[in-house]
Amino acid sequence: MNGTTRAYLMKSRKECATCLPHQRAKLYSRHNIMGDYIEIKNLHKTYPTQNGPLEVLRGVDLSIRKGEIFGAIGFSGAGKSTLARCINRLEIPDKGEILIDGVDILKLSKQELLRERRKIGMIFQTFNLFEAKTVYRNISYPLEISGVPKEEIKRRVLDTAELVGLSDKLSAYPGGLSGGQKQRVGIARALVNDPHLLLSDEATSALDPQTTLQILELLKEINKATGITILMITHELDAIKYTCERMAVLEDGLIIESGPVNEIFHNPHSHTGELFAKVFLEFQRADSLMNGEGI
Amino acid sequence: MSLLDTPLWEVIKGSFAPEVWGRIAPAIFETLYMTLLSSIIMLILGLLLGIMLTVTNPNGLVPMASLYTGSGWLINCLRSLPQMIMIILMIPVARLFFGKSYGTNACIIAIAASCIPMYARIVESSLLDIAKGKVEAAKSIGSTNFQIIFRILLPETVPSLIRGFTVAVIGVISMTALAGMFGAGGIGDIAVRFGYQRFQHDVLFAAVYILIILVQLVQFIGDFTSRRILRKRNLL
Repeated sequence: MNGTTRAYLMKSRKECATCLPHQRAKLYSRHNIMGDYIEIKNLHKTYPTQNGPLEVLRGVDLSIRKGEIFGAIGFSGAGKSTLARCINRLEIPDKGEILIDGVDILKLSKQELLRERRKIGMIFQTFNLFEAKTVYRNISYPLEISGVPKEEIKRRVLDTAELVGLSDKLSAYPGGLSGGQKQRVGIARALVNDPHLLLSDEATSALDPQTTLQILELLKEINKATGITILMITHELDAIKYTCERMAVLEDGLIIESGPVNEIFHNPHSHTGELFAKVFLEFQRADSLMNGEGI
Repeated sequence: MSLLDTPLWEVIKGSFAPEVWGRIAPAIFETLYMTLLSSIIMLILGLLLGIMLTVTNPNGLVPMASLYTGSGWLINCLRSLPQMIMIILMIPVARLFFGKSYGTNACIIAIAASCIPMYARIVESSLLDIAKGKVEAAKSIGSTNFQIIFRILLPETVPSLIRGFTVAVIGVISMTALAGMFGAGGIGDIAVRFGYQRFQHDVLFAAVYILIILVQLVQFIGDFTSRRILRKRNLL
């Protein structure tokens, strides 16, 4: 962003201070097409624990482009999940700024937040499906609570179910599904509202390698087909390697490295990055060995 | 027939005699009436109170420390009273509502006052048991708190709410029997007047059969429905 655009942005920000978030978003996105879609600045989050306060995020800066699959990797406790949960305000950060398409998430009123959340899908490691509802009702729930007419709900649920490959399971209950199928329901539930952003919080970490690959493939397809931006939180290298173009490495609540995936894996500058890169390269060597290419 | 002058076997045989059951029949209806009405009141108010406790919990949807602690304190106070003392305490309240301090309706107030706090705690523990992730998923979708409570929290916990309700209804039944001592009528009244005061042990036995059957029935219905729901959801 150069000086003039920034000045222009500041001006239009003032102009539309009173308008609704989606209008605001539209106004900003005009200037933002090539720029950063999600901007996180100086994000801090501290949890109180028995052993005193625990700083989970210590000033995270991150920017994600529209339509990309962005990976955030790190060891347990690095703060990756907290980062994702701050974006839809499941956690309220102590300090910092989160802009999604120009909308400051942390400044939204309760009503605005509900509306914004409906435009941000989220999928979880533990799926978190509603076990009292059939697959159909799980997928239709987000539409029901936003007051979409019944006919349209049906159409969109059927469409989304087809997209994730669950058309034949609509009347089943989640309790009877396999892990991969459960995550498909989770994805469908997250996508049915046509969100512009999908937060994936360790979505494949509870799945076996083969299912993981299928789910990642599905996410890639959806990203290509709809242009949805995906933030993928994970500790699995393969997931990042397979889906993301750009990534960030989190360590102790800080982003210590970010950039294109290949660059980081081949030329890591941080300890965590190095560790991950080492594993990554080992895997690659093993792969090529198995393919009979030699080293 | 009394155990004092008749062998046990004769008393048991006698407890199936038509005149015994003719005496006990109206009491059965009184007990059923008290149990049903008290249970309905307990269900509604206990659910509401339990939901309030869960929601205002420090980790709940709308943390409200003062309300949570206050109502928790009140519930503990009510629960620490033995049922018999609760019945005596509620006599003036019943007089206020019904104009008399005895009878079936009057005792329903005491039963409710004693059982609502118990069921509220059971509801609270059921609702707190829900996987935190489900509530989070509902939040991430953009549900209001009202939608989370009534569309996610309650439906998800129905099987365990039913099991808790079963336990609570059995508590109500045992309290109706106790209330019989204080002019509430019903099976308890029969057991006291005939079994205790007049040594008519055949009547006492009949009262015992009824109570056993009633409790078994309630337990069976509760288990059956909650298992059925779990099986339907493929969780069993």
